[in-house]
Amino acid sequence: MDFIMNLPFATIVFSLFSAVICFAFKDNKARFISYFLLIASGIMSVSVVFYNLTSETGYFVYRMGHYDAPIGNEISAGLLEPSFLLLFEVVMLLSLSGGSHRIMQDVEEAKQKYFCIMVNLTHAALAALCYTNDIFTGYVFIEVCTIASCSLLMLSKKTRALVAATRYMIFSLIGSSLVLVGIILLYAITGHLLFPQLYSTIQELWATGEYTFPLTIALGLIVSGLAIKSGMFPFHFWMPDTYGTATPSASGILSGVISKGYIFLLLKIIFRVIGYEVFLQSNIQYVLFIFGICGMIVGSVSAIKTNNINFMIACSSAAQIGYIYMGLGLGTKGAIIAALFQIVAHALTKPMLFLSASGLSDTVGRRQDFASLRSSAYNNKIAAFSYSAGALSMVGIPIFAGFIPKLLFSTSAFGHGIQTYLMLIVLAISTILNVLYFLRTLVNIYSPAKVELTRKNITFKTAPAFSMIVLVMSAVNIAVGLHSQPIISLFEKGLELFINIR
Amino acid sequence: MLMKNNKFSSLLKEWYEGNLSFDERMNIETEKPVIKKEETTEKQKIYLVKDVENAEEKLTSKGYKFFSVIFCVILAVILVGTVNFMPLFADDNTPTTNEVYEHYVGEGRDQTGAVNTVAGMILDYRAFDTLGESFVLFTATCAVLLLLEQSKDKPIKKRETFTYTNDPIVRLVVKLLTPIIIVFGIYVLFNGHLSPGGGFSGGSVLGAGFILFAMAYGEDFAAKVITPKIIRVITICSLSFYCLAKSYSFFTGNEFNGIHSIITPGTPGNIVSGGLILPLNIAVGFVVCCTMYSFYMIFKRGRLD
Repeated sequence: MDFIMNLPFATIVFSLFSAVICFAFKDNKARFISYFLLIASGIMSVSVVFYNLTSETGYFVYRMGHYDAPIGNEISAGLLEPSFLLLFEVVMLLSLSGGSHRIMQDVEEAKQKYFCIMVNLTHAALAALCYTNDIFTGYVFIEVCTIASCSLLMLSKKTRALVAATRYMIFSLIGSSLVLVGIILLYAITGHLLFPQLYSTIQELWATGEYTFPLTIALGLIVSGLAIKSGMFPFHFWMPDTYGTATPSASGILSGVISKGYIFLLLKIIFRVIGYEVFLQSNIQYVLFIFGICGMIVGSVSAIKTNNINFMIACSSAAQIGYIYMGLGLGTKGAIIAALFQIVAHALTKPMLFLSASGLSDTVGRRQDFASLRSSAYNNKIAAFSYSAGALSMVGIPIFAGFIPKLLFSTSAFGHGIQTYLMLIVLAISTILNVLYFLRTLVNIYSPAKVELTRKNITFKTAPAFSMIVLVMSAVNIAVGLHSQPIISLFEKGLELFINIR
Repeated sequence: MLMKNNKFSSLLKEWYEGNLSFDERMNIETEKPVIKKEETTEKQKIYLVKDVENAEEKLTSKGYKFFSVIFCVILAVILVGTVNFMPLFADDNTPTTNEVYEHYVGEGRDQTGAVNTVAGMILDYRAFDTLGESFVLFTATCAVLLLLEQSKDKPIKKRETFTYTNDPIVRLVVKLLTPIIIVFGIYVLFNGHLSPGGGFSGGSVLGAGFILFAMAYGEDFAAKVITPKIIRVITICSLSFYCLAKSYSFFTGNEFNGIHSIITPGTPGNIVSGGLILPLNIAVGFVVCCTMYSFYMIFKRGRLD
């Protein structure tokens, strides 16, 4: 059984290797390698979860080389790391297979293999971000992830996609450089890069009061860098353009997975590097809380203002990311569990919304404005069904996955003085705004068109894979919504390991 | 009931239906019932241009500029302020002068077999990071290829830039220099574990040599000598070798697997020493060289062949 401890490292190296293999292919057969990689890695992640559930400590450290911790490099796996990697793998696989017909239309044939290469590299980077036990390894794979995600956006033939990708790159690079500066400052005052050593040194420095100012600045820079990269308010302006113009698979992977990968690394840094107590004493959490609740409102308001279905879904992403930061900002274990569940719910729902919106807009000749989309639901019933499921989940209707985090957030809000009222009021306002803009799209796609728009002659054929995948996504969403308790208890165990075991 | 006919309800209705302007709505309603494929794309183009303009407008808006300046100023003030509280640079009592540093400097030579401590650090102690770094280069190469590579049916773009191809002096000098640069690059690669240098620096020297060659002899000639296939094969082989070699090293590094590495550090100072450091240096060097050369060719010519 100890063999399973090799699997985290095998996942990372195997993804890197398969990216190189895809480079050798000339046609789009490379995507089968991506499918194989994602399925195989998913199985590996499941094995690691079960191994850790049955093992004594539930946590292991794997040496990357022949030297022990402060000298060499290492990776670590508890319960949260493989579970989140599994989530990312499932979402990537579903987005890739569900949007494959659009990739073939949106991307030049000669360049389709690059899409698969970038998916593989993104997966490698996410695996490394999840498993890393070294802050500099984290940075290196943040870089891989940044370039790969920009490339996923650039592949679309539209000119606007390039503008959007450039803007995304600028924001993303600002985030990366802040993280790098933070890591440099942290190294200069601690002399370590590995998580366990960093943790003990930071606890010591915080207790003695030595270098408190640079320490706070370093932690602030790392946290804000990762927050910028994941699209926290007020750094969410790249979102509508980026998600709105890319091919649906890329939007799904970006909003559902890549931004969550950065948030997961941030969580890992908060618990395993900074330490839960120091984090709470540093007051960084209040900044996250305020920006989180602002993001919830501002994201929803921009979603109401826009007239384009993809932009609306993208703006709603900004609001949903706000929920996650609100949970991190409140800082209690309950709120962090809620934030973790919000990551799951959002990662499962957003790609589904992007895919089904693309299915709807395909029926009206790729138009994305609401007036054109009217009555499109009758032309592609499956896409409309899954869009409705996604919308209900985002709004937070029971039985869907999106309901659970809202419930957890509101139960964890009590007993924090002014924060309680702020959180509950903003949750209520945000939910009403969510209802407003999602209802608008639903009413529009299901209401009959005033004039028979020119869509009679638009030849439209539903790809069978697309219909199957969006139905699977809806089913997964409902399944997670109905059986949330095992997931919550897994997260609780994982969080305990995060906080306590070094 | 109250809101039935007032302004608010009409506004709400407008919003729900997608508040297109009057012109746009007229346009849609009077459209002819046949849309051919070309027309759709043409229409999309109009939408795109308009959207881009909107985006530009948003970007250049005053608020955006104002807040970015504020953000930069605050960041600069914070960073400059932090310097005051930092430990002194290169002082004996800095936190970075710790057991890790002592181990790398004191035992690096014996443990890794590399006389060059930096090579031992990046390719043995922290080889996983370097694996990531070489994949950053690979990702960048792929990104440039997918963004700028032209399809084969399009003619090669000829830019009106100054070329050295017809300059007899430059050609002669390059003819003499290129072999020397390439030999020096190979020396830096192969000697990376013994003297300053290694994969990244040696690869850059090699890449610079090939770029100089392409500049002096023309990209057409260079593309015939260094074909895209060669570049692809070298990149794939180097990265695959790096992955496999380090997998072996990581796998054998954990005792519970029950396998011990057969690779030994050898005698420090010999050319064949340092275990995997020498072959890894060569692999990294080839990746760096191919990345630099293909960047040059893609930016200059639009494609590799």
